[in-house]
Amino acid sequence: MSVVEIQGVSKEFKGGTVALQDIDLQIEQGEFVSLIGPSGCGKSTLLRVIGDLIEPSRGAVTVNGKSARQARQDHDYGIVFQDAVLYNWRTVAKNVALPLELAGWSRERRQARVEEMLDLVELRGFADHHPWQLSGGMQQRVSIARALSFDPALLLMDEPFGALDEMTRERMNAELLRIWEASKSTVVFVTHSIAEAVFLSTRIVVMSVRPGRISKVIPVDLAQPRGTATREEPRFFELATEVREALHLGGHVEVPA
Amino acid sequence: MTASIGRRSAEWLPALGVLVAMIGLWEGLVKALHVKRFLLPAPDAIWRAFASNQSLLWRAGWWTFQEAFGGFAIGCIAGILLAVVVARFDLLGHALMPYAIAANAVPIVAFAPITNAWFNPLDKSSKMAIAAVLCFFPVFVNVVRGLRSVKPQQLELMRSYAVGELTVFRLVRVPTALPYLFTALRVASVLAMIGAIVGEYYGGSLDSLGANIEQDASLFQFERAWAEIVIACIFGIGFYLAVAAAERFATRWQPRIETSGS
Ligand SMILES: Nc1ncnc2c1ncn2[C@@H]1O[C@H](COP(=O)(O)OP(=O)(O)O)[C@@H](O)[C@H]1O
Ligand SMILES: [Mg+2]
Repeated sequence: MSVVEIQGVSKEFKGGTVALQDIDLQIEQGEFVSLIGPSGCGKSTLLRVIGDLIEPSRGAVTVNGKSARQARQDHDYGIVFQDAVLYNWRTVAKNVALPLELAGWSRERRQARVEEMLDLVELRGFADHHPWQLSGGMQQRVSIARALSFDPALLLMDEPFGALDEMTRERMNAELLRIWEASKSTVVFVTHSIAEAVFLSTRIVVMSVRPGRISKVIPVDLAQPRGTATREEPRFFELATEVREALHLGGHVEVPA
Repeated sequence: MTASIGRRSAEWLPALGVLVAMIGLWEGLVKALHVKRFLLPAPDAIWRAFASNQSLLWRAGWWTFQEAFGGFAIGCIAGILLAVVVARFDLLGHALMPYAIAANAVPIVAFAPITNAWFNPLDKSSKMAIAAVLCFFPVFVNVVRGLRSVKPQQLELMRSYAVGELTVFRLVRVPTALPYLFTALRVASVLAMIGAIVGEYYGGSLDSLGANIEQDASLFQFERAWAEIVIACIFGIGFYLAVAAAERFATRWQPRIETSGS
Protein backbone atom coordinates (compact mmCIF):
# COMPACT_ATOMS: atom_id res chain seq x y z
CA MET A 1 0.00 0.00 0.00
CA SER A 2 1.37 3.41 -0.97
CA VAL A 3 1.38 6.14 1.64
CA VAL A 4 0.15 8.66 -0.90
CA GLU A 5 -1.66 7.82 -4.09
CA ILE A 6 -2.66 10.60 -6.46
CA GLN A 7 -4.71 9.72 -9.51
CA GLY A 8 -5.65 12.13 -12.27
CA VAL A 9 -5.80 15.12 -9.97
CA SER A 10 -6.60 18.53 -11.44
CA LYS A 11 -7.29 21.75 -9.61
CA GLU A 12 -8.90 24.78 -11.13
CA PHE A 13 -9.38 27.74 -8.82
CA LYS A 14 -12.31 30.09 -9.03
CA GLY A 15 -11.32 32.67 -11.60
CA GLY A 16 -9.99 30.00 -13.94
CA THR A 17 -6.40 29.44 -12.77
CA VAL A 18 -5.53 25.85 -13.57
CA ALA A 19 -3.03 25.14 -10.80
CA LEU A 20 -2.75 21.37 -11.39
CA GLN A 21 -3.52 19.22 -14.40
CA ASP A 22 -3.69 15.44 -14.51
CA ILE A 23 -1.28 14.69 -11.72
CA ASP A 24 -0.46 11.02 -11.09
CA LEU A 25 1.95 10.21 -8.31
CA GLN A 26 2.56 7.38 -5.85
CA ILE A 27 4.68 7.79 -2.78
CA GLU A 28 5.84 4.73 -0.86
CA GLN A 29 6.52 4.22 2.81
CA GLY A 30 9.86 5.73 3.87
CA GLU A 31 10.40 7.83 0.77
CA PHE A 32 11.58 11.43 0.83
CA VAL A 33 9.97 13.03 -2.20
CA SER A 34 10.70 16.60 -3.23
CA LEU A 35 8.40 18.66 -5.44
CA ILE A 36 10.41 21.23 -7.36
CA GLY A 37 9.36 23.75 -9.98
CA PRO A 38 9.04 27.43 -10.73
CA SER A 39 6.83 29.47 -8.44
CA GLY A 40 3.19 29.23 -9.37
CA CYS A 41 3.48 25.72 -10.80
CA GLY A 42 1.19 24.30 -8.14
CA LYS A 43 3.60 22.75 -5.63
CA SER A 44 1.80 24.19 -2.63
CA THR A 45 -1.54 23.36 -4.16
CA LEU A 46 -0.52 19.73 -4.62
CA LEU A 47 0.69 19.53 -1.03
CA ARG A 48 -2.59 21.04 0.21
CA VAL A 49 -4.58 18.58 -1.86
CA ILE A 50 -2.68 15.71 -0.23
CA GLY A 51 -3.44 17.22 3.19
CA ASP A 52 -7.11 17.80 2.29
CA LEU A 53 -6.66 21.49 3.00
CA ILE A 54 -8.19 22.13 -0.43
CA GLU A 55 -10.25 19.82 -2.58
CA PRO A 56 -9.17 18.80 -6.07
CA SER A 57 -11.52 19.68 -8.95
CA ARG A 58 -11.02 16.23 -10.41
CA GLY A 59 -9.23 13.02 -9.48
CA ALA A 60 -8.69 11.13 -6.27
CA VAL A 61 -6.16 11.22 -3.45
CA THR A 62 -5.69 8.48 -0.91
CA VAL A 63 -3.41 8.67 2.12
CA ASN A 64 -2.58 5.46 3.98
CA GLY A 65 -5.25 3.77 1.88
CA LYS A 66 -7.97 6.15 3.08
CA SER A 67 -9.54 9.19 1.52
CA ALA A 68 -7.50 12.34 2.12
CA ARG A 69 -10.30 13.67 4.30
CA GLN A 70 -10.39 10.59 6.49
CA ALA A 71 -6.61 10.69 6.79
CA ARG A 72 -6.75 14.31 7.93
CA GLN A 73 -9.40 13.49 10.49
CA ASP A 74 -7.27 10.59 11.71
CA HIS A 75 -4.24 12.92 12.11
CA ASP A 76 -2.27 10.84 9.67
CA TYR A 77 0.03 13.66 8.63
CA GLY A 78 1.92 16.56 10.13
CA ILE A 79 2.45 19.72 8.14
CA VAL A 80 5.15 22.42 8.17
CA PHE A 81 4.73 25.68 6.28
CA GLN A 82 7.27 28.19 5.03
CA ASP A 83 6.53 30.38 8.05
CA ALA A 84 6.74 28.49 11.30
CA VAL A 85 3.07 29.39 12.06
CA LEU A 86 3.54 29.24 15.80
CA TYR A 87 0.97 30.56 18.22
CA ASN A 88 2.68 33.45 19.97
CA TRP A 89 0.61 33.19 23.13
CA ARG A 90 1.83 29.66 23.70
CA THR A 91 5.28 28.73 24.92
CA VAL A 92 7.50 26.56 22.77
CA ALA A 93 6.48 23.49 24.80
CA LYS A 94 2.79 24.28 24.45
CA ASN A 95 3.13 24.86 20.72
CA VAL A 96 4.69 21.45 20.33
CA ALA A 97 2.04 19.92 22.58
CA LEU A 98 -0.88 21.47 20.69
CA PRO A 99 -1.69 18.53 18.41
CA LEU A 100 -1.34 16.18 21.39
CA GLU A 101 -3.73 18.31 23.40
CA LEU A 102 -6.25 18.20 20.56
CA ALA A 103 -5.86 14.45 20.34
CA GLY A 104 -6.66 14.17 24.06
CA TRP A 105 -3.32 13.01 25.41
CA SER A 106 -2.89 13.18 29.19
CA ARG A 107 -0.68 15.89 30.64
CA GLU A 108 2.05 13.44 31.68
CA ARG A 109 2.22 11.81 28.28
CA ARG A 110 2.28 15.21 26.60
CA GLN A 111 5.08 16.44 28.78
CA ALA A 112 7.21 13.39 28.16
CA ARG A 113 6.68 13.58 24.42
CA VAL A 114 7.38 17.29 24.23
CA GLU A 115 10.69 16.76 26.01
CA GLU A 116 11.59 14.01 23.59
CA MET A 117 10.69 16.22 20.61
CA LEU A 118 12.63 19.23 21.86
CA ASP A 119 15.64 16.96 22.26
CA LEU A 120 15.18 15.75 18.72
CA VAL A 121 15.27 19.27 17.28
CA GLU A 122 17.93 20.35 19.78
CA LEU A 123 15.84 22.94 21.55
CA ARG A 124 16.03 21.49 25.03
CA GLY A 125 16.12 24.43 27.40
CA PHE A 126 13.79 26.56 25.28
CA ALA A 127 10.56 24.91 26.41
CA ASP A 128 9.35 27.94 28.34
CA HIS A 129 10.37 30.53 25.78
CA HIS A 130 7.84 32.27 23.62
CA PRO A 131 8.20 31.98 19.83
CA TRP A 132 9.18 35.61 19.33
CA GLN A 133 12.22 35.01 21.53
CA LEU A 134 13.64 32.51 19.01
CA SER A 135 15.49 32.96 15.74
CA GLY A 136 13.81 32.01 12.46
CA GLY A 137 15.66 28.72 12.27
CA MET A 138 14.73 27.80 15.84
CA GLN A 139 11.09 28.67 15.21
CA GLN A 140 11.05 26.41 12.20
CA ARG A 141 12.51 23.59 14.32
CA VAL A 142 9.69 24.09 16.82
CA SER A 143 7.21 23.77 14.00
CA ILE A 144 8.92 20.57 12.82
CA ALA A 145 8.82 19.20 16.37
CA ARG A 146 5.11 19.98 16.51
CA ALA A 147 4.48 18.25 13.19
CA LEU A 148 6.36 15.16 14.37
CA SER A 149 5.05 15.14 17.93
CA PHE A 150 2.12 12.81 17.30
CA ASP A 151 4.24 10.48 15.20
CA PRO A 152 2.42 10.92 11.89
CA ALA A 153 3.23 8.46 9.15
CA LEU A 154 3.49 11.33 6.70
CA LEU A 155 5.21 14.68 6.91
CA LEU A 156 4.18 17.44 4.48
CA MET A 157 6.60 20.35 4.20
CA ASP A 158 6.04 23.48 2.11
CA GLU A 159 9.36 25.26 1.57
CA PRO A 160 10.11 25.04 5.28
CA PHE A 161 13.59 26.52 4.92
CA GLY A 162 12.82 29.01 2.18
CA ALA A 163 13.15 32.02 4.47
CA LEU A 164 16.47 30.96 6.01
CA ASP A 165 19.97 31.99 4.99
CA GLU A 166 22.05 29.47 3.04
CA MET A 167 24.17 28.30 5.97
CA THR A 168 21.26 27.79 8.33
CA ARG A 169 19.39 26.04 5.55
CA GLU A 170 22.20 23.53 5.00
CA ARG A 171 22.37 22.81 8.71
CA MET A 172 18.60 22.37 8.84
CA ASN A 173 18.77 20.06 5.83
CA ALA A 174 21.20 17.81 7.65
CA GLU A 175 19.03 17.86 10.78
CA LEU A 176 15.93 17.03 8.80
CA LEU A 177 17.64 13.99 7.26
CA ARG A 178 18.68 12.83 10.72
CA ILE A 179 15.11 13.23 11.98
CA TRP A 180 13.68 11.50 8.94
CA GLU A 181 16.01 8.53 9.43
CA ALA A 182 15.19 8.36 13.13
CA SER A 183 11.43 8.62 12.69
CA LYS A 184 11.17 6.41 9.58
CA SER A 185 8.40 8.63 8.29
CA THR A 186 7.52 9.50 4.72
CA VAL A 187 8.20 13.06 3.64
CA VAL A 188 6.74 15.18 0.85
CA PHE A 189 8.90 18.27 0.60
CA VAL A 190 8.29 21.36 -1.52
CA THR A 191 11.31 23.43 -2.51
CA HIS A 192 12.61 25.57 -5.32
CA SER A 193 16.23 24.93 -4.47
CA ILE A 194 17.88 22.32 -6.67
CA ALA A 195 20.69 21.65 -4.18
CA GLU A 196 18.22 21.13 -1.36
CA ALA A 197 16.11 18.75 -3.43
CA VAL A 198 19.10 16.63 -4.49
CA PHE A 199 20.63 16.53 -1.03
CA LEU A 200 17.44 15.50 0.76
CA SER A 201 15.40 13.38 -1.58
CA THR A 202 15.12 9.79 -2.54
CA ARG A 203 13.07 10.98 -5.50
CA ILE A 204 12.58 14.40 -7.12
CA VAL A 205 9.34 15.33 -8.88
CA VAL A 206 9.97 18.15 -11.34
CA MET A 207 6.91 20.23 -12.15
CA SER A 208 6.26 22.69 -14.96
CA VAL A 209 4.07 25.74 -14.99
CA ARG A 210 0.78 26.68 -16.66
CA PRO A 211 -0.81 24.33 -16.24
CA GLY A 212 0.95 22.62 -13.33
CA ARG A 213 2.09 19.20 -14.48
CA ILE A 214 4.73 16.68 -13.56
CA SER A 215 7.40 16.98 -16.24
CA LYS A 216 9.93 14.50 -14.90
CA VAL A 217 10.54 12.17 -11.96
CA ILE A 218 14.22 11.73 -11.02
CA PRO A 219 15.27 9.00 -8.56
CA VAL A 220 18.18 10.08 -6.39
CA ASP A 221 20.66 7.27 -5.84
CA LEU A 222 23.07 9.07 -3.51
CA ALA A 223 24.15 6.86 -0.62
CA GLN A 224 22.55 7.19 2.82
CA PRO A 225 23.27 8.59 5.33
CA ARG A 226 24.20 11.83 3.64
CA GLY A 227 26.45 14.54 5.01
CA THR A 228 28.60 17.47 4.01
CA ALA A 229 30.69 15.20 1.77
CA THR A 230 27.57 14.27 -0.21
CA ARG A 231 27.38 17.82 -1.56
CA GLU A 232 30.87 17.39 -3.08
CA GLU A 233 30.32 14.05 -4.81
CA PRO A 234 30.41 14.08 -8.63
CA ARG A 235 27.06 12.24 -8.59
CA PHE A 236 25.54 15.16 -6.65
CA PHE A 237 26.46 17.54 -9.50
CA GLU A 238 25.22 15.12 -12.17
CA LEU A 239 21.84 14.91 -10.45
CA ALA A 240 21.69 18.68 -9.91
CA THR A 241 22.36 19.15 -13.62
CA GLU A 242 19.69 16.63 -14.49
CA VAL A 243 17.14 18.49 -12.33
CA ARG A 244 18.18 21.82 -13.80
CA GLU A 245 17.77 20.56 -17.34
CA ALA A 246 14.38 19.10 -16.53
CA LEU A 247 13.33 22.46 -15.13
CA HIS A 248 14.47 24.18 -18.33
CA LEU A 249 12.60 21.73 -20.49
CA GLY A 250 9.59 22.61 -18.44
CA GLY A 251 9.72 25.89 -20.28
CA HIS A 252 11.19 28.39 -17.86
CA VAL A 253 14.49 29.65 -16.61
CA GLU A 254 15.29 28.90 -12.98
CA VAL A 255 18.15 30.62 -11.22
CA PRO A 256 20.64 27.77 -10.61
CA ALA A 257 21.03 26.94 -6.97
CA MET B 1 12.20 41.52 43.60
CA THR B 2 13.83 44.46 45.40
CA ALA B 3 15.88 45.06 42.30
CA SER B 4 12.74 45.25 40.18
CA ILE B 5 11.12 47.72 42.56
CA GLY B 6 14.33 49.72 42.40
CA ARG B 7 14.28 49.69 38.62
CA ARG B 8 10.61 50.65 38.63
CA SER B 9 11.17 53.56 40.98
CA ALA B 10 13.90 54.74 38.61
CA GLU B 11 11.17 54.77 35.95
CA TRP B 12 8.50 56.68 37.86
CA LEU B 13 10.66 58.98 40.00
CA PRO B 14 11.35 61.43 37.15
CA ALA B 15 7.62 61.65 36.40
CA LEU B 16 6.86 62.27 40.07
CA GLY B 17 9.50 65.01 40.05
CA VAL B 18 7.77 66.69 37.09
CA LEU B 19 4.41 66.56 38.91
CA VAL B 20 5.84 68.18 42.03
CA ALA B 21 7.60 70.83 39.93
CA MET B 22 4.40 71.57 37.99
CA ILE B 23 2.35 72.03 41.15
CA GLY B 24 5.09 74.26 42.58
CA LEU B 25 5.19 76.33 39.40
CA TRP B 26 1.40 76.59 39.40
CA GLU B 27 1.36 77.76 43.01
CA GLY B 28 4.17 80.26 42.38
CA LEU B 29 2.68 81.75 39.22
CA VAL B 30 -0.84 82.08 40.63
CA LYS B 31 0.58 83.92 43.68
CA ALA B 32 3.11 86.04 41.77
CA LEU B 33 0.73 87.13 38.99
CA HIS B 34 -2.31 87.48 41.28
CA VAL B 35 -4.39 85.26 38.99
CA LYS B 36 -8.10 85.64 39.78
CA ARG B 37 -9.42 82.62 41.65
CA PHE B 38 -12.25 82.04 39.13
CA LEU B 39 -9.62 81.72 36.41
CA LEU B 40 -7.30 79.38 38.28
CA PRO B 41 -7.20 78.81 42.01
CA ALA B 42 -3.86 78.04 43.62
CA PRO B 43 -3.10 74.38 44.48
CA ASP B 44 -3.06 75.06 48.22
CA ALA B 45 -6.59 76.54 48.03
CA ILE B 46 -7.77 73.50 46.07
CA TRP B 47 -6.11 71.27 48.63
CA ARG B 48 -7.95 73.02 51.46
CA ALA B 49 -11.27 72.61 49.65
CA PHE B 50 -10.38 68.98 49.06
CA ALA B 51 -9.41 68.27 52.65
CA SER B 52 -12.47 69.90 54.21
CA ASN B 53 -14.95 68.11 51.91
CA GLN B 54 -13.27 64.74 51.67
CA SER B 55 -16.11 62.42 52.59
CA LEU B 56 -18.52 64.22 50.31
CA LEU B 57 -16.05 64.25 47.44
CA TRP B 58 -15.20 60.57 47.66
CA ARG B 59 -18.91 59.73 47.84
CA ALA B 60 -19.61 61.79 44.70
CA GLY B 61 -16.63 60.23 42.95
CA TRP B 62 -17.80 56.75 43.85
CA TRP B 63 -21.31 57.53 42.58
CA THR B 64 -19.95 58.72 39.23
CA PHE B 65 -17.52 55.85 39.00
CA GLN B 66 -20.37 53.40 39.48
CA GLU B 67 -22.19 54.99 36.57
CA ALA B 68 -19.08 54.92 34.42
CA PHE B 69 -18.26 51.35 35.36
CA GLY B 70 -21.83 50.15 34.84
CA GLY B 71 -21.93 51.76 31.41
CA PHE B 72 -18.47 50.39 30.63
CA ALA B 73 -19.54 46.85 31.53
CA ILE B 74 -22.78 47.01 29.55
CA GLY B 75 -21.23 48.69 26.51
CA CYS B 76 -18.17 46.45 26.39
CA ILE B 77 -20.09 43.20 26.84
CA ALA B 78 -22.58 44.23 24.16
CA GLY B 79 -19.72 45.25 21.87
CA ILE B 80 -17.90 41.95 22.38
CA LEU B 81 -21.02 39.83 21.84
CA LEU B 82 -22.06 41.59 18.67
CA ALA B 83 -18.47 41.50 17.40
CA VAL B 84 -18.35 37.71 17.86
CA VAL B 85 -21.52 37.31 15.81
CA VAL B 86 -20.46 39.78 13.13
CA ALA B 87 -16.97 38.28 12.78
CA ARG B 88 -18.57 34.87 12.26
CA PHE B 89 -21.02 35.97 9.55
CA ASP B 90 -19.38 37.95 6.78
CA LEU B 91 -22.63 39.27 5.33
CA LEU B 92 -23.60 40.84 8.65
CA GLY B 93 -20.14 42.38 8.85
CA HIS B 94 -20.42 43.91 5.39
CA ALA B 95 -23.81 45.32 6.36
CA LEU B 96 -22.86 46.74 9.78
CA MET B 97 -19.17 47.59 9.84
CA PRO B 98 -19.31 50.81 7.77
CA TYR B 99 -21.85 52.27 10.20
CA ALA B 100 -19.95 51.14 13.26
CA ILE B 101 -16.74 52.68 11.95
CA ALA B 102 -18.62 55.90 11.13
CA ALA B 103 -20.25 55.96 14.57
CA ASN B 104 -16.81 55.51 16.11
CA ALA B 105 -15.78 58.83 14.56
CA VAL B 106 -18.86 60.72 15.80
CA PRO B 107 -18.83 62.71 19.08
CA ILE B 108 -21.40 60.47 20.70
CA VAL B 109 -21.09 62.33 23.98
CA ALA B 110 -23.26 65.01 22.33
CA PHE B 111 -26.18 62.62 22.89
CA ALA B 112 -25.86 62.91 26.65
CA PRO B 113 -28.90 65.23 27.03
CA ILE B 114 -30.94 62.74 25.00
CA THR B 115 -30.14 59.72 27.17
CA ASN B 116 -31.01 61.92 30.14
CA ALA B 117 -34.45 62.27 28.56
CA TRP B 118 -34.74 58.51 27.99
CA PHE B 119 -34.17 57.63 31.60
CA ASN B 120 -34.71 59.42 34.89
CA PRO B 121 -31.84 61.97 34.87
CA LEU B 122 -31.39 61.64 38.64
CA ASP B 123 -30.93 57.90 38.29
CA LYS B 124 -27.61 56.24 37.53
CA SER B 125 -29.13 54.43 34.53
CA SER B 126 -29.25 57.54 32.34
CA LYS B 127 -25.49 58.08 32.73
CA MET B 128 -24.78 54.39 32.32
CA ALA B 129 -26.65 54.58 29.03
CA ILE B 130 -24.44 57.29 27.55
CA ALA B 131 -21.30 55.64 28.92
CA ALA B 132 -22.42 52.30 27.45
CA VAL B 133 -23.05 53.79 24.02
CA LEU B 134 -19.64 55.48 24.13
CA CYS B 135 -17.87 52.23 25.07
CA PHE B 136 -19.77 50.06 22.64
CA PHE B 137 -18.35 51.29 19.33
CA PRO B 138 -14.59 51.16 19.87
CA VAL B 139 -14.92 47.74 21.51
CA PHE B 140 -17.14 46.38 18.77
CA VAL B 141 -14.96 47.67 15.93
CA ASN B 142 -11.70 46.52 17.52
CA VAL B 143 -12.90 43.07 18.50
CA VAL B 144 -14.23 42.43 14.98
CA ARG B 145 -10.83 43.48 13.65
CA GLY B 146 -9.05 41.29 16.17
CA LEU B 147 -11.15 38.20 15.50
CA ARG B 148 -10.55 38.66 11.79
CA SER B 149 -6.85 39.31 11.96
CA VAL B 150 -6.07 35.61 12.44
CA LYS B 151 -3.50 34.58 9.87
CA PRO B 152 -4.89 32.19 7.21
CA GLN B 153 -2.07 29.72 7.81
CA GLN B 154 -2.95 29.49 11.49
CA LEU B 155 -6.43 28.46 10.42
CA GLU B 156 -5.02 26.06 7.85
CA LEU B 157 -2.97 24.39 10.55
CA MET B 158 -6.10 24.00 12.66
CA ARG B 159 -7.86 22.48 9.67
CA SER B 160 -5.03 19.98 9.36
CA TYR B 161 -5.87 18.93 12.94
CA ALA B 162 -9.52 18.52 11.93
CA VAL B 163 -10.88 20.51 14.88
CA GLY B 164 -14.24 22.24 15.08
CA GLU B 165 -15.00 25.91 14.81
CA LEU B 166 -15.48 26.37 18.55
CA THR B 167 -12.03 24.99 19.28
CA VAL B 168 -10.53 27.28 16.63
CA PHE B 169 -12.38 30.17 18.25
CA ARG B 170 -11.06 29.34 21.68
CA LEU B 171 -7.50 28.44 20.71
CA VAL B 172 -6.80 30.92 17.93
CA ARG B 173 -9.34 33.67 17.47
CA VAL B 174 -9.74 34.72 21.09
CA PRO B 175 -6.00 34.97 21.85
CA THR B 176 -5.44 36.86 18.59
CA ALA B 177 -8.23 39.31 19.43
CA LEU B 178 -7.18 39.95 23.06
CA PRO B 179 -4.63 42.71 22.38
CA TYR B 180 -7.20 44.43 20.13
CA LEU B 181 -9.84 44.09 22.83
CA PHE B 182 -7.66 45.61 25.51
CA THR B 183 -6.65 48.55 23.34
CA ALA B 184 -10.37 49.28 23.06
CA LEU B 185 -11.04 48.67 26.77
CA ARG B 186 -8.43 51.24 27.73
CA VAL B 187 -10.07 53.81 25.44
CA ALA B 188 -13.49 52.78 26.76
CA SER B 189 -12.49 53.26 30.39
CA VAL B 190 -11.67 56.90 29.62
CA LEU B 191 -14.80 57.40 27.52
CA ALA B 192 -17.00 55.93 30.25
CA MET B 193 -15.80 58.50 32.80
CA ILE B 194 -16.23 61.32 30.26
CA GLY B 195 -19.71 60.09 29.38
CA ALA B 196 -20.84 59.84 32.98
CA ILE B 197 -19.55 63.29 33.98
CA VAL B 198 -20.79 65.07 30.86
CA GLY B 199 -24.14 63.35 31.33
CA GLU B 200 -24.24 64.75 34.87
CA TYR B 201 -23.51 68.26 33.59
CA TYR B 202 -26.83 68.10 31.78
CA GLY B 203 -28.65 67.27 34.97
CA GLY B 204 -27.88 64.58 37.46
CA SER B 205 -28.20 63.67 41.11
CA LEU B 206 -26.45 66.04 43.51
CA ASP B 207 -24.66 62.95 44.79
CA SER B 208 -22.66 62.89 41.56
CA LEU B 209 -19.43 64.62 40.57
CA GLY B 210 -20.62 66.24 37.35
CA ALA B 211 -23.67 67.91 38.94
CA ASN B 212 -21.48 69.17 41.80
CA ILE B 213 -18.82 70.55 39.47
CA GLU B 214 -21.51 72.30 37.45
CA GLN B 215 -23.22 73.72 40.53
CA ASP B 216 -20.05 74.83 42.34
CA ALA B 217 -18.74 76.55 39.21
CA SER B 218 -21.97 78.47 38.80
CA LEU B 219 -21.89 79.43 42.52
CA PHE B 220 -18.30 80.73 42.22
CA GLN B 221 -17.09 77.84 44.45
CA PHE B 222 -14.11 77.35 42.15
CA GLU B 223 -11.85 75.69 44.71
CA ARG B 224 -14.50 73.08 45.34
CA ALA B 225 -15.09 72.57 41.62
CA TRP B 226 -11.37 71.98 41.18
CA ALA B 227 -11.28 69.58 44.09
CA GLU B 228 -14.06 67.64 42.39
CA ILE B 229 -12.08 67.61 39.16
CA VAL B 230 -9.15 66.16 41.11
CA ILE B 231 -11.43 63.37 42.36
CA ALA B 232 -12.60 62.73 38.80
CA CYS B 233 -8.96 62.44 37.75
CA ILE B 234 -8.20 60.02 40.58
CA PHE B 235 -11.09 57.73 39.67
CA GLY B 236 -10.40 58.07 35.94
CA ILE B 237 -6.72 57.27 36.23
CA GLY B 238 -7.40 54.43 38.68
CA PHE B 239 -9.92 52.92 36.27
CA TYR B 240 -7.50 53.18 33.37
CA LEU B 241 -4.65 51.65 35.36
CA ALA B 242 -6.85 48.76 36.46
CA VAL B 243 -7.71 48.00 32.82
CA ALA B 244 -4.04 48.33 31.86
CA ALA B 245 -3.10 45.90 34.65
CA ALA B 246 -5.72 43.41 33.45
CA GLU B 247 -4.25 43.77 29.98
CA ARG B 248 -0.75 43.05 31.16
CA PHE B 249 -2.00 39.93 32.86
CA ALA B 250 -4.16 38.68 30.00
CA THR B 251 -1.50 39.27 27.34
CA ARG B 252 1.57 38.55 29.43
CA TRP B 253 2.90 36.34 26.62
CA GLN B 254 3.38 39.39 24.41
CA PRO B 255 6.69 41.10 23.85
CA ARG B 256 6.41 44.38 25.78
CA ILE B 257 6.71 47.24 23.39
CA GLU B 258 6.38 50.62 25.02
CA THR B 259 3.36 52.22 23.42
CA SER B 260 2.19 55.73 23.92
CA GLY B 261 -1.46 56.66 24.36
CA SER B 262 -3.96 54.09 23.25
N1 LIG C 1 -6.57 30.00 -3.09
C1 LIG C 1 -6.26 30.28 -4.38
N2 LIG C 1 -7.16 30.92 -5.16
C2 LIG C 1 -6.85 31.19 -6.44
N3 LIG C 1 -5.70 30.89 -7.04
C3 LIG C 1 -4.76 30.27 -6.32
C4 LIG C 1 -4.99 29.94 -4.93
N4 LIG C 1 -3.89 29.32 -4.44
C5 LIG C 1 -3.01 29.28 -5.47
N5 LIG C 1 -3.54 29.83 -6.61
C6 LIG C 1 -2.87 29.91 -7.92
O1 LIG C 1 -2.53 28.62 -8.31
C7 LIG C 1 -1.24 28.59 -8.92
C8 LIG C 1 -0.35 27.63 -8.17
O2 LIG C 1 -0.10 28.18 -6.87
P1 LIG C 1 0.83 27.44 -5.82
O3 LIG C 1 0.38 26.05 -5.67
O4 LIG C 1 0.87 28.29 -4.62
O5 LIG C 1 2.23 27.48 -6.57
P2 LIG C 1 3.68 27.19 -5.98
O6 LIG C 1 3.55 26.71 -4.58
O7 LIG C 1 4.27 26.18 -6.89
O8 LIG C 1 4.44 28.48 -6.08
C9 LIG C 1 -0.75 30.03 -8.93
O9 LIG C 1 -1.02 30.58 -10.20
C10 LIG C 1 -1.57 30.68 -7.86
O10 LIG C 1 -1.77 32.03 -8.17
MG1 LIG D 1 4.18 27.61 -2.75
